[in-house]
Amino acid sequence: MTNPTTAEFPGTVKELRVQEALREALRYEMARDERVFVMGEDVALFGGAYGVTRGLLQEFGEKRVLDTPISEAALVGLGVGAAINGMRPVVEIQFSDLLPLAMDQLASHAARYHYMTGGRVNVPMVVRNKFATRPGGGPSHSSCNHGAFIHFPGLKIIMPTTPADAKGLLLAAIRDPNPVLCFESHHLYGVRGPVPEGDYTVPIGKAAVRRTGKDLTIVTCGGMVLKADAAAEQLKEKGIDIEIVDLRSLAPLDKETILNSVAKTKRAIVLDEGPMIGGISAELAALIQENLFADLKGPVVRIAAQPIPPPHSPPLVDAMIPDVDQVIDAVMRLAEGGGKMR
Amino acid sequence: MLDTAKKKAMLRQMILLRGFEEKLEELYQRKAMFGSTHSYRGQEAIAVGVCSALQSTDLIASYHRGTGHLIAKGADLYTLLCECMGREDGYSKGRGGKMHMGDMGFGFLGNTGTVGGTVPTATGAALSAKVRGSQEVVVSFFGDGAANQGVVHESMNLAGVWKLPVIYVCENNQYAMTVSLEKSVAIKHLSERGAAYGFEGKTIDGNDVVAVYEATEQAAAKGRAGGGATFLECLTYRWDGHFGGDPGTAYRSKEEIEAWKQKCPIKRLKEELIREGQLSDEEFTKTSASIYAELDEVAKRAEAAPLPKKAVDLNSIYAPTEVARD
Repeated sequence: MTNPTTAEFPGTVKELRVQEALREALRYEMARDERVFVMGEDVALFGGAYGVTRGLLQEFGEKRVLDTPISEAALVGLGVGAAINGMRPVVEIQFSDLLPLAMDQLASHAARYHYMTGGRVNVPMVVRNKFATRPGGGPSHSSCNHGAFIHFPGLKIIMPTTPADAKGLLLAAIRDPNPVLCFESHHLYGVRGPVPEGDYTVPIGKAAVRRTGKDLTIVTCGGMVLKADAAAEQLKEKGIDIEIVDLRSLAPLDKETILNSVAKTKRAIVLDEGPMIGGISAELAALIQENLFADLKGPVVRIAAQPIPPPHSPPLVDAMIPDVDQVIDAVMRLAEGGGKMR
Repeated sequence: MLDTAKKKAMLRQMILLRGFEEKLEELYQRKAMFGSTHSYRGQEAIAVGVCSALQSTDLIASYHRGTGHLIAKGADLYTLLCECMGREDGYSKGRGGKMHMGDMGFGFLGNTGTVGGTVPTATGAALSAKVRGSQEVVVSFFGDGAANQGVVHESMNLAGVWKLPVIYVCENNQYAMTVSLEKSVAIKHLSERGAAYGFEGKTIDGNDVVAVYEATEQAAAKGRAGGGATFLECLTYRWDGHFGGDPGTAYRSKEEIEAWKQKCPIKRLKEELIREGQLSDEEFTKTSASIYAELDEVAKRAEAAPLPKKAVDLNSIYAPTEVARD
């Protein structure tokens, strides 16, 4: 992926993986703000199922790094109460698949407290979870449920892709006075890149143009940014110049960056790992066509997961999830349908 | 032992709570308020007994039948009534209605219409109190219906594990909307569940405001001293239906309702004070009249208060980020 280079960051940077960059954000803010604490299943002694919270127990003690029983609804619910009463909880939910267990607390409590109390009550809480559809996970361990949550006004939703964004977005999320759901892609935990040291935040609600191009925009998020980038590399050899917009935040959505890009390229593909029906891909396609219909040189093409539960076996997963060839095919079809790219 | 002044203050509060529900019912009947009512009549001793035993820094979380808890904790009557009536001056500016409010200004974490939904809110607030080393105690009000929600079990388990300063006040009015407790649980007393979570569970007479006060005082002292949570099951009865428009008689006999009305918490304390020579019928009548007059006055103001403008404010869903830093 076209990671931002070290030259783009002022000050000192160090090379980290996404997983380490997330930990860096937690450590930084826990040291700075004693209201911040972490709770979740296996987050303390074990350091989290994916190692994100490793070492925090030793550094900050058991009052601020809490291992919990398997009680997702209560974890989010206690987070809400602790947040209202002056704390800055960061709750870890091991899989996106388990968020529905806490749905009422997320959708009808966390998301709504600010609005439904006329602004009197705020819920400054972060709920982190891992997502990605991959072989071996199956229907309850590899869902991409992010699309379901864009339907609940009041939640902020972030989905970092680069290590720098992982640190910057998570730090911004902890400081945000609103509930923020952080979707961390399994595909990206190991991705390395430069991360600014110290106080580094990335504003929530701002997309990033990962690759500039003039022929077609791919609007995407999470692990699919990698596939979009791989497709763009291959298409470059065919003389097609792709622009990639990485959403980074699903709510609020950075409509300006998305629409500016498509207004320039006049062709758009939306690419998402979540199920196509009613998801972020549907939202993006509607957004683009409502605003830019007259400028478009072809239909907005949606590429997203097939609307089936995530299966276990590799060939079944491969058939469900968008791949690089699918993106290339779609680009070529748009090229033919809309005449030559230039 | 409670002194007479405190008992009289609680009597006054109970009359106020009942008067407020009757005012709401009146407004509902003449379609002056939106949505429905969830009358608290008959259960007043619980809100008043509990909140009178708390300190101002203590917190409560409530539920759909919550107006009584709010008044007892110190809500402003006009602002509360405005919210019930969908007015801009309401606690939530008309966005939430009587089931959805919150104001930490008087230690009120919030209430919602998801049965059991604020039990984790209260528990989390108690976690905060413990982590910060504060002296706050948190009361979680909920009904017998909520007792069977999964998140309530999860929350109480955590309160037991972490010894949180929370008092679970279960208002057992014996019906989850229309379904009786005996159809819902196989145990005799809901308070037995306390033992399952490793803390004390007690069943008390929820129509005896003095008993409620004393049990709360003990539980709060225990919580403040690091002794953890308490499950207080308060046996009571709602005189009215579940909501305005439900006469409450399709699933309860008139005899049953009448028998419970004889156990009226207001009547009980009033008679006790008269017996002790601390109150006269005349004084009681005078006090009631002044409370009802005050409520008439508040209702007049609330009815005259403006509704919100017909407008959508998309910024209203998020707290401004500028206030994020400390």
